[in-house]
Amino acid sequence: MDETIEVSGLRKRFGPVLALDGMTFDVAPGQVTGFVGPNGAGKSTTMRVILGLDAPDEGSALIGGRRYRDLRCPLNHVGALLDAGALQPSRSARNHLLWLAHSQGLGSKRVDEVIGQAGLESAARRKAGGYSLGMRQRLGIAAAMLGDPPALMFDEPFNGMDPEGIVWMRGYLRSLAAQGRAVLVSSHLMSELQDAADHLVVVGRGQVIADTSVANLIAAASGDRVELRTTARTEAMTVLARAGATVAVTGPDAATVSGLPADRIVALLTRNAIPFSEVSAHRATLEEAYMELTRDAVEFRAAEADGAGEVVR
Amino acid sequence: MTATVTPARTPRPAGRDGFAQLLRAEWTKFRTVRGWVIGAVVAVLLTVGLGLFAGAGGSSSCASGNGPARSGAACAPSLTTGPGGGPVTDSFYFVRQPLAGNGSITVRMTSLTGELPDLTANPANQGLQIPMRAGLMSWAKAGLIIKDGTSEGSAYAAMMVTADHGVRMQADYTQDTPGLPGALSASDPRWLRLTRSGDTITGYDSADGTHWTQVGSTRLAGLPTTAQVGLFTASPIDAVITETFGGGNNGNEAPSQATAVFDHLGLAGSWTAGAWSGDYVGGGNYAPGIGSYHQAGGQFTVTGSGDIAPIPSGPSAPGGPSITITNLLIGTFAGLIALIVVATLFITAEYRRGLIRVTLAASPRRGRVLGAKAVVIGSASFVAGLVAAAAAVIVGKSIARRRQYVFPVSWATELRVVVGTAALIAVVAVLALAVGAMMRRSAAAVTTVIVAIVLPYILAVASILPAGAGDWLLRLTPAAGFAVQQAATAYPQVQALYTPNGGYYPLAPWAGLAVLAGFAALALAAAVLLLGRRDA
Repeated sequence: MDETIEVSGLRKRFGPVLALDGMTFDVAPGQVTGFVGPNGAGKSTTMRVILGLDAPDEGSALIGGRRYRDLRCPLNHVGALLDAGALQPSRSARNHLLWLAHSQGLGSKRVDEVIGQAGLESAARRKAGGYSLGMRQRLGIAAAMLGDPPALMFDEPFNGMDPEGIVWMRGYLRSLAAQGRAVLVSSHLMSELQDAADHLVVVGRGQVIADTSVANLIAAASGDRVELRTTARTEAMTVLARAGATVAVTGPDAATVSGLPADRIVALLTRNAIPFSEVSAHRATLEEAYMELTRDAVEFRAAEADGAGEVVR
Repeated sequence: MTATVTPARTPRPAGRDGFAQLLRAEWTKFRTVRGWVIGAVVAVLLTVGLGLFAGAGGSSSCASGNGPARSGAACAPSLTTGPGGGPVTDSFYFVRQPLAGNGSITVRMTSLTGELPDLTANPANQGLQIPMRAGLMSWAKAGLIIKDGTSEGSAYAAMMVTADHGVRMQADYTQDTPGLPGALSASDPRWLRLTRSGDTITGYDSADGTHWTQVGSTRLAGLPTTAQVGLFTASPIDAVITETFGGGNNGNEAPSQATAVFDHLGLAGSWTAGAWSGDYVGGGNYAPGIGSYHQAGGQFTVTGSGDIAPIPSGPSAPGGPSITITNLLIGTFAGLIALIVVATLFITAEYRRGLIRVTLAASPRRGRVLGAKAVVIGSASFVAGLVAAAAAVIVGKSIARRRQYVFPVSWATELRVVVGTAALIAVVAVLALAVGAMMRRSAAAVTTVIVAIVLPYILAVASILPAGAGDWLLRLTPAAGFAVQQAATAYPQVQALYTPNGGYYPLAPWAGLAVLAGFAALALAAAVLLLGRRDA
């Protein structure tokens, strides 16, 4: 029942632009996988390839081991929201869901269920053309949920949502994953995925830069740095430097220590009777971790280009 | 809040991935966009509305009818009808005697000459005497005839020699069978024979009076025991009719006459010769009884004018405003434009909004999506077309009969015209859908389809192009499909203006529709191919 989305070696060229350059990753069930990268990194193209809308030049995308086009009633396997504006404006939201349901052999009962889940009951019979972007996103999510699929894909679902909506969306994504579904969510802003994604696929220029759990990524980006808050900053720096640490001043009574674990720092300060109000392991934000990653990727690419003289693809 | 953690997903029965559910989805799509449904209703109203306008006499008043102006033309002419119910001309000079029972009549014909009016001499003044010159109308004819009395429109069978079309056997106005070909002269005469056996009349011809060939045989149901039998001569009205820009007609016409010389007149069987008498049958408004006969030593010289033939509809039809049910469907082109827009938008609107991606993600087998769309838009258009055509014809006829002569057609023809019009509209809608799928742009696709279908139709039917060019448009372009609306019958034995403007198409009804269907099938196949190949 659980269906993994497996993307392997996708390559796709649009004229002179290489949109996908060996894109490879899996989307596992039971977690939210963030699909992050700058605009133009190939996120939407990858999603279109997964849905069989665009044909890749090379590589494959499988859902539960099958190609999308081989799925019967595919909305029962994968639900997707690619473009919230993909609506006939003069058709009501309910009728939009109704034809989609009919195409999968589903009835109006299921339509009313997803309308309820998306909180669109009061507006369902209005023309979808009059919807705000946030309401269109909800309608798109309702459409994705029609077939109650084990795998879901959302392209930039936070776009156009107010802060309240973003909080709702995060909770909703987490609940979908908690139900055992594989959830792939793209965003060009890492901060949107904070507290929503369990796993991250970071992409740039049509390739995967990092494919990691959020916990590992943050730990890596945080390094072994420790935040220290003390009124006796100079004494503390002397003691810690003598013990082999590197201390960077970050404020009048704050410093960042690296090279020593937190418990060792506490022991040293206590032994030397230096007062401190806080010693805590530094925790990078997802945004910091992402910036660090993409900076590395850019440098790596620059070096590669210099060294090779010519990039052969 | 209950804290039960249960999977929200409930097992769902595997959907049937049938074509039927795809059809249902596309039908739901179609009916839930109010503009499209309104468009289909507008198409029906346009078709019926223009048809009723044509039925009510259009812009032409009673005084200036569709045909060439004729003095004394009634507003809604009552035309003579033949045994088949259709309007006929039945005027000729008849040298006859009543003969009872079965028998046979034989004659030799040695000469057919005539005089034609000089229509160029005085085209504007028909009231004046028109000078005549020697010449024969192509379908001038003379020979033997057996007829059910002398009233106009009565049943008959005849063997005749024509000016340019050899020997013919004709009967009951519409039947026409060729016999010996070639022209007649004193040195190369023609022998003709008619034999009656009950209701059955058989015609024979011969070049020498010895070797006879049967030309044809016909049954004149209800022919009385005593029929009128004898010699006849007829020569049709000479008319010069030109179509004018926009579909009007200018015409000038005058009677012609022919003179035939017969000898070796003989009767056989139970027929025994009595006295011959000559008189003019019919006459009416437009062949005022030119005719005479002269008998001398077994030789009969018979001069006559007029014609024994069906009246074709169209600009050369006599006697004031007349229409066919094709005229009542003149609004089809306007209804088509509305439906072309709807059918095109049925696919291009999806491209415009990116909705096509939702559609194709829901149904990855793309050819079937286009197939379902074609079935839905085709069926909806067929129903709209059927309603429109039936209403235009049925209501239109009752309105038209008050002011115009409506050429009668068989119920089978009427059914073919109405159902064919619905099919025409349905096929055009499918073509528009296919072009829309290929071009993906509403305005470009709508323009293309209108240029391909409606424009050639209007150019040909409104006589904007010369008739010959118009005929080719109606053979080669998708507009050929309009042939299915033809209600008029073209008669080779009647010289008339058989043009698209008069309701005559160069292709047979279903052949014309097949040309259109061929275009639609090609376009749909190309659209399926492109849709499958292109990224959505």
